[in-house]
Order: sequence, then C-alpha cells, then structure tokens
Amino acid sequence: MESLEDIIATHAEREGPLLPILHAIQARFGEVSENSIRTVAKALNLTRAEVHGVVSFYHDFHEVADPRPVLKLCRSEACQARGVEALAAGLPDDHRVKVETIYCLGLCSVGPNAMAAGKVHARLDRAKLAALMESLA
Amino acid sequence: MTTVRISDDALALACGADEVAAAFAAAGCTVERVSSWGMHWLEPLAEIDGEGFGPLEVDDVAAVLAGTSAKAIGPIAEHPFIARQQRFTFARAGRTRPLSLDDYAASGGWAGLAKARAMGPETTIAEVTASGLRGRGGAGFPAGIKWTTVARAPGARKYIVCNADEGDSATFADRMVMEGDPFMLIEGMAIAGLAVGAGKGFVYIRSEYPHAIAKMQAAVAASAPIIAPFEVEIRVGAGAYVCGEETSLLNSLEGKRGEVRAKPPLPALEGLFGMPTVVNNVLTLAAVPWIMAQGGAAYAAVGFGRSKGTMPIQIAGNVKHGGLFEVGFGITLGELVNDIGGGTASGRPVRAVQVGGPLGAFHPPADFHLPFDYEAFAAADGLIGHAGLTVFDDNADMSKLARFAMSFCAAESCGKCTPCRIGSTRGVELIDRIRARAGRAADKVEALPQMHNARKGARSLAEEVTLLEDLCETMKFGSLCALGGFTPYPVLSALKHWPEDFGVAVPEADAAE
Repeated sequence: MESLEDIIATHAEREGPLLPILHAIQARFGEVSENSIRTVAKALNLTRAEVHGVVSFYHDFHEVADPRPVLKLCRSEACQARGVEALAAGLPDDHRVKVETIYCLGLCSVGPNAMAAGKVHARLDRAKLAALMESLA
Repeated sequence: MTTVRISDDALALACGADEVAAAFAAAGCTVERVSSWGMHWLEPLAEIDGEGFGPLEVDDVAAVLAGTSAKAIGPIAEHPFIARQQRFTFARAGRTRPLSLDDYAASGGWAGLAKARAMGPETTIAEVTASGLRGRGGAGFPAGIKWTTVARAPGARKYIVCNADEGDSATFADRMVMEGDPFMLIEGMAIAGLAVGAGKGFVYIRSEYPHAIAKMQAAVAASAPIIAPFEVEIRVGAGAYVCGEETSLLNSLEGKRGEVRAKPPLPALEGLFGMPTVVNNVLTLAAVPWIMAQGGAAYAAVGFGRSKGTMPIQIAGNVKHGGLFEVGFGITLGELVNDIGGGTASGRPVRAVQVGGPLGAFHPPADFHLPFDYEAFAAADGLIGHAGLTVFDDNADMSKLARFAMSFCAAESCGKCTPCRIGSTRGVELIDRIRARAGRAADKVEALPQMHNARKGARSLAEEVTLLEDLCETMKFGSLCALGGFTPYPVLSALKHWPEDFGVAVPEADAAE
C-alpha cells in the first residue's frame, strides 16, 4: 500500500499539487488526519493552517474516518420534483449505513438518484432504496 | 450475429444498462457500448440496425431478439424527440463509441483542429468571434472576445481551463459531452490553446462525476500525440458547488480554498497562477470543433437575436420525456415543457419550471411564451444559465423551494463576502418565520434600552415579506459572485408568482388569471 510519503512524492511536482494529494490521502486512508496535514504542510512548504483551511473547506475531505459504507442521496431540486423528500423522510433507521446528502449527480431526468460504492442508481422508490441500503450494510 | 448498441453513459448505467448489455451478450449478440442519444426516459435504450427498444429490463431481452417486444420505438434517428433537434455539439450522441479514436476520426473528428492549425491563431479567433459563440456556463460572455483578450495579454505562460464543475441541478450536458464525446472537448481545448498561445489545459471535473473523470482520463491519454504539443490534465473537484464559479475554480486548481476572487483582475489577464487564462465551460469549448470545421458563419446562421447557434437544453425534474434537447435559440419555454417534455411525469398540471439551475428563477405557465434566449429571460427577471429545466407539478410548495434556495446558498457559500455568507442564513430564518406565519417580536438585544434605533414592536407578516425582499436586494447587488447574487432569483420569483404560498394575499388582478 502507498504510504503518505509516496503519495506526496507522486504528486509534488504537479502544478497546484495540494488537491490531488488530499484526494489521494482521503482515498487511501479514508480521512485526512492531523498527522497527514502536518506532513503535507511540511512537504509543500505551507502552514498547517493553510492546509487545514483547504481540508475543512471541501465536503469531500474528512478529518476523521467513518468506517461505515456511505450512501449519497441527491436532494437537489430536480430530485425534489421527483419526490426525494418523501423518500428521505421514510428512510429506514439503519445505523450501519451513513446517508449523506449530495447536490446533483447529473441524472436529473430519472431521479431520485443516489451513489454508493462508485455506482449510480436512478429511479429510486422506497423498495429500491431499502434494498440498496441492505446491500451496502 | 446481431450487433446491439447500448449506451455506457452514467445515466444509462444507473438505470441498469450493464445488466441489459450482459443479457444481450449472454444471448449471443455482439454488444457495442456507445454514447447516449439523450432520450433519458427510454434508458436503457438498445439499438439494433437503427431500431430502438426501451426502456429495457433484463427480462425484455428475449422478446427484443424475437422481434415481439412491446418496447420497440421504431427507427431512433426518426424519433420525434431526435428529429426535432439541431444537433451540432451532440451530433455524435448515440452514434459513436466514446473512446474510439477511429469512430471519432470517421465522424469528422480533428477536422477543426487541422483547420485551425492551417489558419493560424488570428484567423482561428476571428472564426470563433464570427460564430457569435457565447459562454455556455451561464454568463453568456462572447468567447471570441475572451480569447482575444488572452491572446493579447502578456504572460510567460498561458492556460486553458475547462470548467466541468457542473453542479447545477437539472444540468447534465457537460457530463454527457465528457462521457459521450470526450475527444471533441479535448479538440476544442487544443484549438483554444492554439488560438491564444497556451501550452497547457486543465479540465476541472466535479468529484460527483466518477464516470466522466474516468472517460476523460482515458481520452486524454489516447489523444495526447494528436494534440501535442498542447497538453491536457484532468483535475478533480472536491464537492464544493461554488467551485463552478471561475475564480473560485482557479483557486481550487491552485490548491487553495475555493473562495471567490474579486474581479478585476479578470482571469483573462491574471488567472491560473497569475497567468492569462481562458476559462470556458465544457459546452463552449465543445462547440468550437464544429465551428472551425463548418465555419463561424454556419453557426451564426442559427439562433435568435444575440444568442447565436444552438443550445443543448436539459429537460429534467418531474417531466415525462426528460433528456437532452439541442436546438437553436428561440424555441419557447412552453414548447420545451409541453410538446417536447410531454408535461409532467406524474400527469398532474405543471405549477412551476425552474430555468437555469438552483440560481435560476421559477417560471409559472404564464411565462411559457418566453423564447429561449439570454436577453428574453433576463427581461423576465430570470436567466437561462446552463440551460437546465426543472419541471414541478402542482404538489410543489413554492415557499419551501424558496427556503431551499437560501439553505443551499448557506451550505455552499464560500464565506468570502458577507451578503452571501450571512444573508443566506438570515434568509432561511426569515422564510421559516414567514412559513410559520409567526411574525417576530423584538429580541433581547433589540429590547435593550441603549439600542435607540432598534425597533421595539413586533413585525407583521407583511413586514417580514418586505424584509425578505430587502435582503434579496442586498444579496443581489452586494455579493461577489453569482451564488449570493443569483440566489434571490428563485426566492423572489417564487414570492412574486406564488404569493399565496407565503401567506400573502393575492392581488385581485392576478387572482383573476
């Protein structure tokens, strides 16, 4: 497995390397920890505050990993028009799966939509959503 | 052996295209994965010798192959949804394999780049200027003028940045270009690079589009020798909606917080890493190869008023026939929603259509005469933005949608300017009180004796509504970028057209309609 140092070395020579590095760290470790922030800051000659500011700005980076599988449910207007709010209100109370709100997967004509484990799912109804959550858990 | 063509676009996959494709393969067919035709209600759509079948499920495969399927739609290219379109940017949609260089070259690919190379930078810019192409990201700024500015700007290096941070709800045309015809976008970037003297281009794709990222990365690797010495690099966003704003996108590319920059300086003069930079939307750059190959005049011959050429319009939300509809500017909103979209999917009457994503106005059916054109929508207190349409039926609660607009702005604000950062949160609170018909008494601080100018009495519902209008005014004119500046569009349009949802008495003239 790639180490933190390997990740930094892979991307350090790119123009504007911070986001690619943070993405790789998030993908590898499931989080961008305080320790990672220190190491990245040192390697790129940035302050910890600067790196922390970037990590906390973007929704995709998390400072603490959540081991649960994630279901990203689109709650934006087009999915609202197709009834996602009723689906969200009736979500099973399942703590094994982390349900995150996402704004738009670009499948707006066939909503409600969700993404989980890199796969996209459209035309969700209550039964399909429950089955999807069960398959993730 | 039968050849079956099925899209591998993310939308088709989400609807189960892989399973259907596997079923055809298991039945002994050759399966070709092509781009999507854009008829989303029919996905997964299979094509056999030009005949379409959809929306398919695995159980339908046997009937399709036996010729007895009830899901046959006839020749796809003659389907009214396709036949009524004028496809320039989406000419290859449904017809080619996205990552096949042979398919791309055989369908006129690289002709624009070859022509640009033969013509030289100045003539190339002149051709784009003559086409009247305007920025498709929403602002509608003429591409030729932007390119001229960058070409003339002094700089050690120059950059082409493709804005593929398509965060607006009801928009998916950028995604379809990247997943369906990635080489066209790369060709457009290479032409732009040649025209302005830039050696490198970045495509900034939002992380919510993993399929587009994968296709673009593969396409960049495959086409590198063709576009050399120009280079393209794919960068992935990190879930910030505001990074669709060009200066915020540039900060994000540089590895900073995606905060908006004040303009001036314009990115055309001081953009990425302080260098002159062309920032164009996917659809803008993707229109360029066609313009170069067919000529700017041919492009300008289509359109309406100052809006030249075609617009890939995205019909979404609660609509029967949703999908991608590319047509010359000037088609009316009513034609798009009723004739082409077929009305609502739920079969109920249309109550509102939001045009231009989360920052676009809600239009009532009374606006259906509006022609699709930048200026016509601006005159009706709206915008066309990235040309996404979200249709709502009569179950829509317009004050709830207005609240959503404010809460979305609060969630996605970059925090740099006060009207957007604070105003959006105050807006949510205000709309909550209006929805509860609660009014508001003076709070603890306002009640203090030293707060001489603070009001001591309660505010009525009517005064709360006036306050909301004032807040929108402040956000509209005081925000740095379109996020805070345009959030008032959905809020005020909802308030104007559906005052009853806010508990405001309907004026008699409107009530008579």
